[in-house]
Amino acid sequence: MKRVALWAPLAIFALVFVVVISGLVKPGETVVRSAMVGKPVPDFALPAMVPGKPGLSAATFRQGQPRLLNVFASWCVPCIAEAPQLLRLKAAGVPIDAIAVRDTGTAIAGFLARNGDPYARIGSDSASRVQMALGSSGVPETFVVDGRGIVVKQIIGDIRPEQVDEIVQAVRAAR
Amino acid sequence: MIAEAGLAALWFAGALAALQLAMAAIGIARNRDDVSAAVRPVAIVQGLLSALAMILLIWLFLRSDMSVKLVVENSHSAKPWLYKFAGAWGNHEGSMLLWVTILGLAGGAVAIFERTLAERTLTATLGAQAVIALGFYAFLLFSSNPFARLSPAAPDGLGLNPLLQDPGLAFHPPTLYAGYVGLSVAFSFAVGALVTRDVGPAFARAMRPWVLIAWIFLTLGITAGSYWAYYELGWGGWWFWDPVENASLMPWLAATALLHSVTVLATRDGLRAWTVMLAVVAFSMSMIGTFLVRSGILTSVHAFAVDPERGAFILALLAIYIGGALALFAARIGTVRAGTTFDPVSREGGLVANNLLLSVILGIVLIGTLYPIVAASFGVQLSVGPPFFNKAAGPIALLLVAVMAAGPLLRWRRDEGRAVIARMALPIGATVAAAITLMFVWPGVLAWAGLSLAAGLAVASVAPLWKRNLRRTPLFTYGMVIAHLGIAVSLAGMASDSAFTQETLVAVRAGEPARVGPYQVTLDGISPVIGDNWSALEARLSVVRGTQARVLHPQLRFFANPPTSTNESAILTALDGQLYTVLGQPDAQGRWQLRLWWKPFVTLIWFGGVLIALGGMLSLIGRVRRERRTMLRAEWA
Repeated sequence: MKRVALWAPLAIFALVFVVVISGLVKPGETVVRSAMVGKPVPDFALPAMVPGKPGLSAATFRQGQPRLLNVFASWCVPCIAEAPQLLRLKAAGVPIDAIAVRDTGTAIAGFLARNGDPYARIGSDSASRVQMALGSSGVPETFVVDGRGIVVKQIIGDIRPEQVDEIVQAVRAAR
Repeated sequence: MIAEAGLAALWFAGALAALQLAMAAIGIARNRDDVSAAVRPVAIVQGLLSALAMILLIWLFLRSDMSVKLVVENSHSAKPWLYKFAGAWGNHEGSMLLWVTILGLAGGAVAIFERTLAERTLTATLGAQAVIALGFYAFLLFSSNPFARLSPAAPDGLGLNPLLQDPGLAFHPPTLYAGYVGLSVAFSFAVGALVTRDVGPAFARAMRPWVLIAWIFLTLGITAGSYWAYYELGWGGWWFWDPVENASLMPWLAATALLHSVTVLATRDGLRAWTVMLAVVAFSMSMIGTFLVRSGILTSVHAFAVDPERGAFILALLAIYIGGALALFAARIGTVRAGTTFDPVSREGGLVANNLLLSVILGIVLIGTLYPIVAASFGVQLSVGPPFFNKAAGPIALLLVAVMAAGPLLRWRRDEGRAVIARMALPIGATVAAAITLMFVWPGVLAWAGLSLAAGLAVASVAPLWKRNLRRTPLFTYGMVIAHLGIAVSLAGMASDSAFTQETLVAVRAGEPARVGPYQVTLDGISPVIGDNWSALEARLSVVRGTQARVLHPQLRFFANPPTSTNESAILTALDGQLYTVLGQPDAQGRWQLRLWWKPFVTLIWFGGVLIALGGMLSLIGRVRRERRTMLRAEWA
């Protein structure tokens, strides 16, 4: 066997060692970064969830006006917690559309009756397909989308009261 | 006093490890046999002292001594005794102490039982074992002292993670660690043989039983861990490609390769350098696994504490041991005479193919496990999951199964291709028959190939017994047959589970039935239950299949210390599979979520694992008996 080849295992180990030590020295990241910011909303068309309110399609987000896209469900407790914030956003003139994930019309109607209804449109995503395409890993999540259908901000988890102003700013800036 | 006695035992054990190293070095460098002779007893006492420290720690946990920091942080006086006992290693410091204890005991066992290895090589081996032990004693004493006191003492402890409060904790970590750390013996043997340049069949025969023991424990530990995760986590999965599962799989793959290459070295004096390399790699994988788990560099259910300082300490040890051994390998192995060569179509050839394929799988798992760290250093966050591992390692594993079927039917040294195919006729026939039958239920490519090959392997693995006098067949041949059969059984279980599992998620009121697989499941009602240190909502499920009726009780369990809830699944095992039920949350309308799985033949996975370990045990007994007989014969001659 070649003499040089005998040192190959040590060289490989040294490489692994360098990789591992760099991973150890680098501080861990605690914030989940959005992979969707700067990307267009994927193409989708969802049927209506409740009677009297239209369903939702990607075309809605390309009509020149920035909007919020809220991913929620009636079975989701943090969604109840964020409902007042969504109502405040609506009062501030921010149009909000929603995707209801793995839900039924009656359950959503009940949810809206109990927690208020900030939504212009609600699409029914019964198998989480659009949710997956949006890169959303849970409910609730909210996307700020500019008038051309590009995502400018993603809020993971429920919107807290102190975030409302920040979101209003982001929507204004996206105009 | 118990804690102080434990700490003293650890310090003494560390000092003895230093002494052991010094005496082994002097004995070898100066050729002083009188000094070398003392290495064995020192190794034995060192092992006993580390065991004493472990026993004292267990005692502290059993007594719920709340003046000890580790007990306060990880135990609670209201816990059942079994979890106080096993809780001793359900935390970082305790598990590292268990690691060191097994290391010390393994060294002691080598000192007591090893009689076949050349005395000089044995001294070097025990010296190497002492080097490893020293580093880990230092780690425990300087950065992870399990006996640290807490002043003032706490009124009670914080409790143990409820997921760990399961009889599995009593068996899974000790068996797995015995496997991990047992491989240190193979590592030390390799280092010892490099130091004395004594790599040959005698060395291989001496090393083989130690590798086998470690491998048996590793197999059992992985099997137990897989079943534990399966029923405890409530996801119905049995392998998640979690970094820590990979950390246990990698040493197993290396040890399996080593087990086979050491046979070539023992029987035919081939693969000298490769076998030594594998012995180094196998334990290196154990240490890398320990590092990945203990440093918190990867996120995992097994990472007890995120502590970069401890990570750096283990990493330094890793660099010294693995780097040192690889450097020694590079410097010395050139002076080891090349072994004999052989024909590609031969038993040796089959074993080389086995080794190459195992190494490729090992490489894939290693790359998949480390890739997130590499990506993170370039600022990309990602995780590598089942889609990668299944696609990359699956096909190679199936190829390995094909080689495994043929291997035992090959002759040593040289074989005829045509004759091999004739001998393989029956297994190939079984594979083709299974493949054609399965076409009608098409389970997907991987599962289809898996099930067909499992059928072929099952036939091929018993083929070595064909036309042999079964009473004169050596025990280790039975061992091989059963271990290979175990792989076939396990593979069939995996493929069947991935292809035919049925899952339903329903929300039901009491009295409403749901269907999954051949079962009709009806929720009779929900009632509260009280346990030792938990309370639960327990569902009563009437389960009907044909004319058979049974009752299952899945629970939603709440623990007070620490406040957590767990889903306790209820499983019904039938001959042809398992019904797996999990109780979920209630909704506002009085309906309860039930998650139901029907998993055909899933139990074969773990049954196969047990068979593999059993094969290893038979092989071990057979090999040790034969060694002893030849030794006795040599003494009488």
